Amino acid sequence: MPPLPAAVPLSWYLTLSAFLFTLGVAGFLFRRNIITVFMSIELMLNAVNLTFVAFSYKLQQVDGHIFSFFVMVVAAAEAAVGLAIILTVFKNRQTLEIDELDSLKN
Amino acid sequence: MDALLFMIFAAIAAVCGINVVVQKHAISSALSLVGVMVALAALYLLLGGEFIAAAQLVVYAGAIMVLFVFVIMLLNAGIEKTARGRRPWAQYAGVPLLLVLFGTIALLIQKISPATETVTFGEFTKGAPLEIGRALFTTYLLPFEVTSVLILIAILGAIVLARKEID
Repeated sequence: MPPLPAAVPLSWYLTLSAFLFTLGVAGFLFRRNIITVFMSIELMLNAVNLTFVAFSYKLQQVDGHIFSFFVMVVAAAEAAVGLAIILTVFKNRQTLEIDELDSLKN
Repeated sequence: MDALLFMIFAAIAAVCGINVVVQKHAISSALSLVGVMVALAALYLLLGGEFIAAAQLVVYAGAIMVLFVFVIMLLNAGIEKTARGRRPWAQYAGVPLLLVLFGTIALLIQKISPATETVTFGEFTKGAPLEIGRALFTTYLLPFEVTSVLILIAILGAIVLARKEID
């Protein structure tokens, strides 16, 4: 194992963020449970937040933090409404599988 | 020390992130997602974002994930059925295309951010609540107020959607 550098390059933070974003996309595309798909979206939002904070450090400006704060607030509103929609869908269809929620097609 | 802390929390975030995607049970995914969020809060602290780290713990790991866990338990979401073979091309092309996505982003990151650009803990001091509050209530006052209206509409929408029908 190579020795650790004294200070971490900024690109490592950005690469971790890209990795988490890719995982979020993978979960969004591969999973069948509607709640897990929703959680994958939250994972992607978190990855983007890490990028905002990392670039805020790079540019020495506070604006990135403000944006990531707004992302959090909008994610909270989105989670509340989205989960209410999931509850309503489950009440009407008795399923959480996204493959079975396709009645708009027929 | 910085590098060690980064490696620990980055590893936690990556492992929990993989766990979110591969776990079959929704509640396991939710608890792994809490792990990702806590690890990211520690990374925000390393980058000098004290306020954002606290907000991440309180809003994301505290409020949003509790909402998710409530809904999972309310709906009694069990183990999801695997639907293998329904779309064979998606099974085979999906993972390579995701690797291409990650590779492209990583390549761009290497281009725009050279390895000499390092992060030192304590070098960014504008992440304190004082600075955040000053920016939020001067430069970003209008978006902040619009956000409060958005939250109000979201509360009303959630109640209207999720209420029990009263005969």
